[in-house]
Amino acid sequence: MAFHIPSLKAEDKPMVIASAFILVILSIGTVYTLSTQGSAPLLSPGYLLQQLQTGSFLGIVAAGMMVVILLGHIDLSVAWTMTAAAMMATTVGGEWAIPTGIAVGAAVGLVNGFGVAYLRVPSMIFTLGVDSVLRGLMVAHTGGFAPQDSATPLMRTLASDRFLGIPSAIFVWLAVSVVIAVMLKRTAFGREIYVTGNREVAAYLSGIRTRRVILGSFVVSGICAALAGVMLAGYSARAYQGMGNPFLLPAIAAVVIGGTRILGGQGRYIGTLIGVILIVLLNSVLSIMQMPEAGRQVIYGSVIISMLLVYGRGNKVHS
Amino acid sequence: MADKRSALTTNIRQNVAFYSAIAMLVALYLVYNMLHPRGFSAAVLIQNSNESVAIVFLAMAQTVPVLLGGLDLSVGAVMTLANCIASEVVNGSPLQIVLGMIITLATGTAFGLMNGLIVVYGRLQPIIATLATGAVAVGLALFIRPVPGGNVDDDISWALTNDLYEFVATYGLFDADAGWFQTISWIPVPLLIVVAIAFGVWLPFKRTVTGRTIYAIGSAEGAAYMSGLPINRAKIAAFTLAGFFAACGGLYLAIQTSSGNADITQAGAYTLNSIAAVVVGGTSLLGGVGGAIGSLVGALILRVISFYFRIVSIDPLLQPLVEGLVLLAAVSLGAFRTLRVKNQLNLFR
Repeated sequence: MAFHIPSLKAEDKPMVIASAFILVILSIGTVYTLSTQGSAPLLSPGYLLQQLQTGSFLGIVAAGMMVVILLGHIDLSVAWTMTAAAMMATTVGGEWAIPTGIAVGAAVGLVNGFGVAYLRVPSMIFTLGVDSVLRGLMVAHTGGFAPQDSATPLMRTLASDRFLGIPSAIFVWLAVSVVIAVMLKRTAFGREIYVTGNREVAAYLSGIRTRRVILGSFVVSGICAALAGVMLAGYSARAYQGMGNPFLLPAIAAVVIGGTRILGGQGRYIGTLIGVILIVLLNSVLSIMQMPEAGRQVIYGSVIISMLLVYGRGNKVHS
Repeated sequence: MADKRSALTTNIRQNVAFYSAIAMLVALYLVYNMLHPRGFSAAVLIQNSNESVAIVFLAMAQTVPVLLGGLDLSVGAVMTLANCIASEVVNGSPLQIVLGMIITLATGTAFGLMNGLIVVYGRLQPIIATLATGAVAVGLALFIRPVPGGNVDDDISWALTNDLYEFVATYGLFDADAGWFQTISWIPVPLLIVVAIAFGVWLPFKRTVTGRTIYAIGSAEGAAYMSGLPINRAKIAAFTLAGFFAACGGLYLAIQTSSGNADITQAGAYTLNSIAAVVVGGTSLLGGVGGAIGSLVGALILRVISFYFRIVSIDPLLQPLVEGLVLLAAVSLGAFRTLRVKNQLNLFR
């Protein structure tokens, strides 16, 4: 590798390189705005906070997604979990809006976990099926239109108000991050996730109830997606069809860019955080440059590939 | 005789998923035709086969990487790219049309080759590598066709989406009313295309060393490596073949709709449905078991189920829900395995 840094531990490498790449994105964007508009909005705290506010929804989804990916599974149902939670929350309304949304997420997580852990259906395909069932339920519920109910004041406060000059959505994201990071690092459940993700048979034989670990992780993912959906509904004042769709692939990409192994068992939460920030900033620089959708997709794909080629390479096969 | 019979029972026992998929397809389609007011007619068959070609090709495309134990999340995107290219180049003189088709298929195949090279020499997990290259493919498709539209030669789209009679008549190959031709003239051309590519490309490929190696890698990559099998070649070939099949789907879609459409949502939906079709067709997502013919059947099963909504009176609002439940039930069928295992440890593969 061209720029090998000797004192770097292998598991820190993704974070350092991804952080460096964030700086590269920021400087490219700044050079662009300086040369075209003569100003540097990307470096102003206000602009950055606004970007992080919109990024907090992705961040919360990615936090839950990471827990499932650490097990070597994947949750493809987050898109419609978000939408379903948001729609049910706005339908119920009042003070029960947010608990209802979260409960929807937990229920979806239970179904996913049951299918993957107990029925042993591959998560890739089971969560996909759950996703289409949720979509069907929501179409039946709303008649295929955007529901007229609007988000409750508390949902709007959580998503778009400011507290101490900082968007409150960022505080929610921070809180979720702390909970997930502590859970992964400091609780038995968190350690069991890593062990199960590395080798489920070994974990099972060591007395870990791996099925419950899987079930619990999918519930965490469902709750995170639901929270993000409820907040997104608060941010846009109402729920709408397909509101979760743009979050699925970026969430997976953020987790993987952050150095979590897609096969499970390895990865740190701080990496996911950096991955989310990277994707959010990349998106905002591309929109400042008024890049058409075509160019965005190409750059987006190329960035993921080249970042992974630098540090995400697997081992060579041997016996 | 006894030997033959035991060979047959072994064959059936080893391919129980495949044969039950075929039985399910036949049953579903027979009932569909009985319920359909114009059932068992050539018109229904032509329409149904037209609507199935793209997803059948995508399911076949998805099968090859899945057999490796990988997954190709870019098949829908490559199909979209091929669809947009075809909508630009498949017109003009007959020579230009053929050339255009070759360009389309070659682009898809090259994209698959690139996937393979990234997976093998970049040593990335296929699922995440193809997630990224899929974005690139959709981006390129959007460059070529920012808004839906395009221009595909009318003759070819008429000839390839009808029965053999129209195909022969359109190009005046011979007298389409000839007596001997009557017996086969009702066969839909799309059906023939799918069968020709499935049996002409996949089956011969499966019997080569490279094809066998794909199965070996899916069963036990380490063992395949130690046996000296050409691992890298097989992986690259698998993704290349996936690109080729996906391009076939995209080309047909362009011919069928006479246009190209760089729709990101549609690309994603096709990719996800291709995975479902592969599973329904009896290929294991863990790799090493199954085949493209099974996925062909799996894709047809999913399509026939959706055809039912046209003849069974059901609230259109409930239709996506029923579709979702059927999909979920279909993929959960494999769960019966968990009830049969004698040793719990066999569950955790």
